[in-house]
Amino acid sequence: MLDRSKIGHEFPSFSVDIEKGRLKFFAKAIGETNPVYTDEEAARAAGFKALPAPPTFMMSVDLDAPEFLPMLSLLEMDLGRVLHGAQDFEYIGQIYAGDTITQTSKILDMFDKKGGALEFIVLESAYTNQDGELVGKAQQTIVYRN
Amino acid sequence: MSDTALSSDKIGVGTEIPSLELPPINRTTLALFAGASGDHNPIHIDIDFAKKAGMPDVFAHGMLSMAYLGRMLTNWQSQAKLRRFSNKFAAITQLADVITCSGKVVEMIEQNGETIARCEIQAAKADGTQTLVGEALVAV
Repeated sequence: MLDRSKIGHEFPSFSVDIEKGRLKFFAKAIGETNPVYTDEEAARAAGFKALPAPPTFMMSVDLDAPEFLPMLSLLEMDLGRVLHGAQDFEYIGQIYAGDTITQTSKILDMFDKKGGALEFIVLESAYTNQDGELVGKAQQTIVYRN
Repeated sequence: MSDTALSSDKIGVGTEIPSLELPPINRTTLALFAGASGDHNPIHIDIDFAKKAGMPDVFAHGMLSMAYLGRMLTNWQSQAKLRRFSNKFAAITQLADVITCSGKVVEMIEQNGETIARCEIQAAKADGTQTLVGEALVAV
């Protein structure tokens, strides 16, 4: 059983530079064909001030934390038993190439199902840009196979 | 607005989001997505690690399919109109699976002074197995 006393734990905040090349690489990796995500002129013509980070890129901010998936060490988890259960993004603003995004996150909840065979960890994250504007929030549910 | 975004005044309950069919999942796609997304979990790219973890082979990142759902949504309406996007990961996507993303408007709601299309969205395999099931809120 994972340590439930960690509910409410806040992970160290960190900042990530949103690089244009990284966004283009992400677009390529997902087979994106909409030029808004790869061509700055197309992005501006569509009303964006720079290349927009696509909707799921907030998760990639999490993954660029100084420690990869810091809950693993905190909860003494084995990476091979981790599955992604659910993901929820809320958009308040827009993340752009050139931004510096500061992420904060905490463990919102932990519970189990199937007599403890599966444990669930719910993480809540918030994303703020260099102007102090809250641009998005996310909730991630991780499943742990015991 | 981009050329691909449809006029929003025709959106209502029952409107279908143009679906998106993806090429079969292969190892190259998973390797590229691992690098581009920052998800370096070896279970998606290293068959030795995957087998030690009790899996028959590497399998696709759930977030890859969610990114595909995101492509479907932003090809339909500008990302500037996307207010919320969520899903559960209902089944694992394996190598060679052909994923199709689809969705439709199921309700029109008022929220924060905006008219919002609540859309049910899903990703599914060719045999109909749902891999991702969720919803998106899109301002119209």
